[in-house]
Amino acid sequence: MSIQVKVLERPMQQTSYVRAMLKGMAITFKHLANPHKVTWQYPEQKWDLSPRWRGTHRMLTDENGKAKCVACGLCPQICPANCIKLVPGEDEEGNRYPLIYEIDEFRCIFCGYCQEVCPEEAIHVGRHYENSEYSRAGFVYDLERLTSQTHPVCEMWDPADPRGE
Amino acid sequence: MTLDAALLLLQHAYDPQEPVHGAPWLWFTIIKILVVFTVLMVTIAYLTLAERKISAWIQDRHGPNRVGPWGLFQPLADGLKNIMKEETYPDAAYGPMFILAPVLSFIPALITFAVIPFAAPLPTRWGLVDMSIADLPIGFLYILAIASLGVYGIVIAGWSSNNKYALLGGLRSSAQMISYEVSMGIAVVSVLLLSGNVSLSAIVRQQVLSGWNAFPLLIGFFLFLVAAFAETNRLPFDLPEAESELIAGYHTEYSSMKFSMFFISEYSNMVTASALLSTLFFGGWAVPFWTTANTAPWAGWKTLVTLVFFALKTSFFLFLYMWIRWTLPRFRYDQLMSVGWKVMLPLGLGYLVVMAAAVLSLDAAGISPVARWAGVVPIYWAILGALNIVLAVLVFFILDRGRIVSPAYGRLDADEIARLQAMSERPITPAQGD
Repeated sequence: MSIQVKVLERPMQQTSYVRAMLKGMAITFKHLANPHKVTWQYPEQKWDLSPRWRGTHRMLTDENGKAKCVACGLCPQICPANCIKLVPGEDEEGNRYPLIYEIDEFRCIFCGYCQEVCPEEAIHVGRHYENSEYSRAGFVYDLERLTSQTHPVCEMWDPADPRGE
Repeated sequence: MTLDAALLLLQHAYDPQEPVHGAPWLWFTIIKILVVFTVLMVTIAYLTLAERKISAWIQDRHGPNRVGPWGLFQPLADGLKNIMKEETYPDAAYGPMFILAPVLSFIPALITFAVIPFAAPLPTRWGLVDMSIADLPIGFLYILAIASLGVYGIVIAGWSSNNKYALLGGLRSSAQMISYEVSMGIAVVSVLLLSGNVSLSAIVRQQVLSGWNAFPLLIGFFLFLVAAFAETNRLPFDLPEAESELIAGYHTEYSSMKFSMFFISEYSNMVTASALLSTLFFGGWAVPFWTTANTAPWAGWKTLVTLVFFALKTSFFLFLYMWIRWTLPRFRYDQLMSVGWKVMLPLGLGYLVVMAAAVLSLDAAGISPVARWAGVVPIYWAILGALNIVLAVLVFFILDRGRIVSPAYGRLDADEIARLQAMSERPITPAQGD
């Protein structure tokens, strides 16, 4: 039978229970009397989003209320998550417009490439994060939904002004 | 003896008001039962909120603040939730006992409060009404007896659940409560030495006359405090429900209102223990530093003022319970047992002998318990208090050298090391202090 017991002779301040207890109670009382409450009271208090926050999309419109999109097809081309569905259409005057424009927000990885690549500054990622829905289908935003969003849009990173000043 | 004390003695000895009897006594008792039960239940409900709030503040959080202003309706929401929840009956549980256990734990927890005098007696047209449900002449013995019954609920819950964690919780609880009941009883004997009576109202009156017991029985107070924590299964003695090892201990298998009943009984025990602490050691309903209120004849305003002070004292101890719960870690089982049997019990017995000798010699010296020095400081009280301070310093100096709670590492003396060395092939050397 081999016993190896490590025996530590500890100094008084480490073995005293009463001292440790009083110290602990002083600490807890200090926190009780003056709590450093850091919790954000969410629905009332909201975090200030960064101007470069990339949230759910928004399609900007022209003065007639029509989507600015010209259905060039660059955004579905660049999209790494392949979440944009675009079917282009053309009117009698030869102006292209999107017949179907849908973004699946579940597939989207919010990289913001669609906004960067858009020549018309039509599609934007938004500064927005409260996205609950009752069904999965609700997360496929169609053109109507995208144009009716009102939240502020992301200011993309500008290489000339890297700190956003 | 000063005028105040003499007046008080006279007032108690020749109080013209008879206690109520007959039909009014019955009515008053029924009203008192209803009121006390209601107040107790509401207090317990709000204690759960207080517990959560205090724990939150200690941990730098907000605590429940969604139901009502500052979360004040949280207990209602909790109660509703508990009633609406599904009752589960484990297949392997023994039904009758499983149902009986919460009741057995709930009832003793509530009826212990019956003997506690929570205010000065109220004079009415029909006579003097005691402000305790039943002013039993055996007051404290009743509390000890009923509080021991509470352990049955826990043990039966642990056994009938047919769950190893629950069983272990129940076993621990029985061992713990039996161990600490002994020290609790012994700690109270010192109070009985001073009061000469086990009736709680007599103990309160004695403290009104000759000063609060907390000072002349300082060590007794500490012993009782520790034992009360152990008896109510509160941290640092909450081994019966140690979450980290036993899930929830004896109430692992309980759900819904049956779980709630265990919860209520724990908090009710807490209220009773706090009320007892203030009754036995902090003058019960006596108003501190206000002789007029204490010596005035019984009156409605006096009942009210004393009720407020009793509530304040009790709330202080309730707060202390919570404060300690969110500060101290749980004991190990062997630490719990060794504190109970190797520290509390010998200390209590020794203390009892010393106090009995002190009381005897003070009586032999002819010092009256109500005599006051310069009309303010009770001499008897001050002498015993000074003795207790000396004892307390001595006891804490000796005990608090790693002897109260045995540490996780072994404290071995030379003999033991030699013995171990003889058993082991490899040499054992005590490490030098860091």
